[in-house]
Amino acid sequence: MNDPTPKSAQPSIGYLPQGFEIERNIAARRLQGTLWRNLFVSSLLIGILALLVLIGTIVNDAFGYVALANKVDPANLASQPLKELSKEELVAILQANISQGLFRRLENDQPFTERSQENVLELVYERVVQQQVIESYDLWESLTQREAIEQELTSQNPKAKLEFRSWLNWGFLSRSMASKAEFSGVRNALLGSLWMIAITVVVAFPLGVGAALYLEEYSSGSRISRMIETNINNLAGVPSIIYGMLGLAIFVRALGFFTSGSFLGLSDSNGRTIISAALTMALLILPLIIINAREAIRAVPLSLRQASYGLGATKWQTIWHHVLPQALPGILTGTILGISRAMGETAPLIVVGAATYIVTDPSSIFSKFTALPIQIYYWASQPQEEFRRVAAAAIIVLLIALLSLNTVAIVLRNRFRRSL
Amino acid sequence: MSLHSANEGKYAIEARNMSIYYGTFRAVKQVNLAIERQKITALIGPSGCGKSTVLRSFNRMNDLVASARVEGEILFHGQNLYAPSVDAVEVRRRIGMVFQKPNPFPKSIYENIAFGPRVNGWKGSKSEMDELVERSLRGAALWDEVKDKLHESGLALSGGQQQRLCIARALAVQPEVILMDEPCSALDPISTLKVEELMMELRKDYTIIIVTHSMQQASRASDNTAFFLMDPEDRAGTLIEYGPTNELFMAPKDKRTEEYITGRFG
Repeated sequence: MNDPTPKSAQPSIGYLPQGFEIERNIAARRLQGTLWRNLFVSSLLIGILALLVLIGTIVNDAFGYVALANKVDPANLASQPLKELSKEELVAILQANISQGLFRRLENDQPFTERSQENVLELVYERVVQQQVIESYDLWESLTQREAIEQELTSQNPKAKLEFRSWLNWGFLSRSMASKAEFSGVRNALLGSLWMIAITVVVAFPLGVGAALYLEEYSSGSRISRMIETNINNLAGVPSIIYGMLGLAIFVRALGFFTSGSFLGLSDSNGRTIISAALTMALLILPLIIINAREAIRAVPLSLRQASYGLGATKWQTIWHHVLPQALPGILTGTILGISRAMGETAPLIVVGAATYIVTDPSSIFSKFTALPIQIYYWASQPQEEFRRVAAAAIIVLLIALLSLNTVAIVLRNRFRRSL
Repeated sequence: MSLHSANEGKYAIEARNMSIYYGTFRAVKQVNLAIERQKITALIGPSGCGKSTVLRSFNRMNDLVASARVEGEILFHGQNLYAPSVDAVEVRRRIGMVFQKPNPFPKSIYENIAFGPRVNGWKGSKSEMDELVERSLRGAALWDEVKDKLHESGLALSGGQQQRLCIARALAVQPEVILMDEPCSALDPISTLKVEELMMELRKDYTIIIVTHSMQQASRASDNTAFFLMDPEDRAGTLIEYGPTNELFMAPKDKRTEEYITGRFG
């Protein structure tokens, strides 16, 4: 049985393992599979590890002790702790300690009669007490070296008070940009990002689906169609800064009369507005949407189209009633990818000219604006350590906003899928 | 166009010198075939003999293949279906089709039936549509099985029920001719039998043309049979013999027909 040599003069047909060799051979082949499997598991683990490190770094920066020092001692302002004072008393303190001009400006922003006690308290802290973060520590230090931090603080700044601070808090979400990190917020940036994404999707979705439908259903297989397809695939890989340059040249400069809103009589003088940025982002994600929509449309089974045509439906009726509903989940997947991309892109926004320091909310598509990635970029490049903490908090806001948008899109997609 | 002329001749569809090309390849050559009105005509032959291609050319489904081209004439009410003035959509509205694999729409049973009439400009009330749906389902002998679940997905039905749903769907647009492309090849014997019984029933009102691989089916359930074979020289499908089913099976005139139906090749 183990004799591999052929007995007759017939030409050799090779040799297959026999007897014990079969088991050995199988064991060797199985080992090979196990090795590959372990390799795949380890690549997955490396990926998860990288993600955990990323999240860990952000969280580490966004929470931790801060050392607070007051320029003016609250005890000099009132006999009770400031927190327990009524709104009227706080307003009085504020009026007595800040300039008339500043008080009037605050009154103009929002009349004091409409403000809440917390809001006025915050103003008193910001303008009168001038509580400042003189030192901040990351989460790891705060948890492991509390003693050392306290000692260092009492020796250097005996007046300072140590407090655990979550840089991500309601105030951070509801405040606008400020010159000091501890009074900065992401409201303008978050609203700017949401405005921009909304317009981007409204523009890019119909354009992308329309283009994909035409290419796939009406001009499929033609030479021009193939050429366009290749070019769209290439466009998806063009660096985003190039789209930024394009947006700057076309939307900000050439079409500035329209994108600035001056054709409607709005006073803004240049085209560095939400609509310019949104149109640039729409161009950026169009290839992504078109490619995914084409894939989805192509995947609609021929039998479904035949059934529709066979009943005397026209091409458009077939597309509208069968192809589009069937392809919609896939089209939405592409849109989700596009939204994620647009939400996080920074380079084109810098070129198109999103402002980094802005204190007003966007009010129309012709508003000046800022966006989350721009704010993060700006804060992260500041020298003060406190701005790094704010940047980390803003990153968490960006990630949460991104996840929420994606969740909405995924829920929508699943609903369409179920209704099929 | 004149697909409406009251040409009530003996034949529903007449193919004259019909050749079908895919690009430069001639898939079917020189077919002359006259389909009798309100009869079941079976097209049989081995794989690749062009019988499905012929069937699809009768309602211009081949138009969906960009490279397909038909030469010769296919007359329907005396009018060439491939004349430039004829709209393929109207052809398919008048000549319905049932496909090899059951392909109900991923919608409810009711919507499956209602789709055809609606896209073809049907006008009427909700109750009239209910009536139309019921009549179509009864016509396809499916009503009793699905009357309590009209609003459930058509895909939840068994294969045989799905195929009868597809027949009901075709009936709802009131065609004159129904083309069936191997309608039973994906079905079990009991479902097959039901579809065949249904065909016999439908013959009273419709002209039926069926492509089948099963010679038993052709001999059981058809009035006329056309036998196709691929010409070994140019690989084009050719009509070998056409006549009443029992004559073709009992006394084939062509030797190749006899060899095929007795199972000697194919």
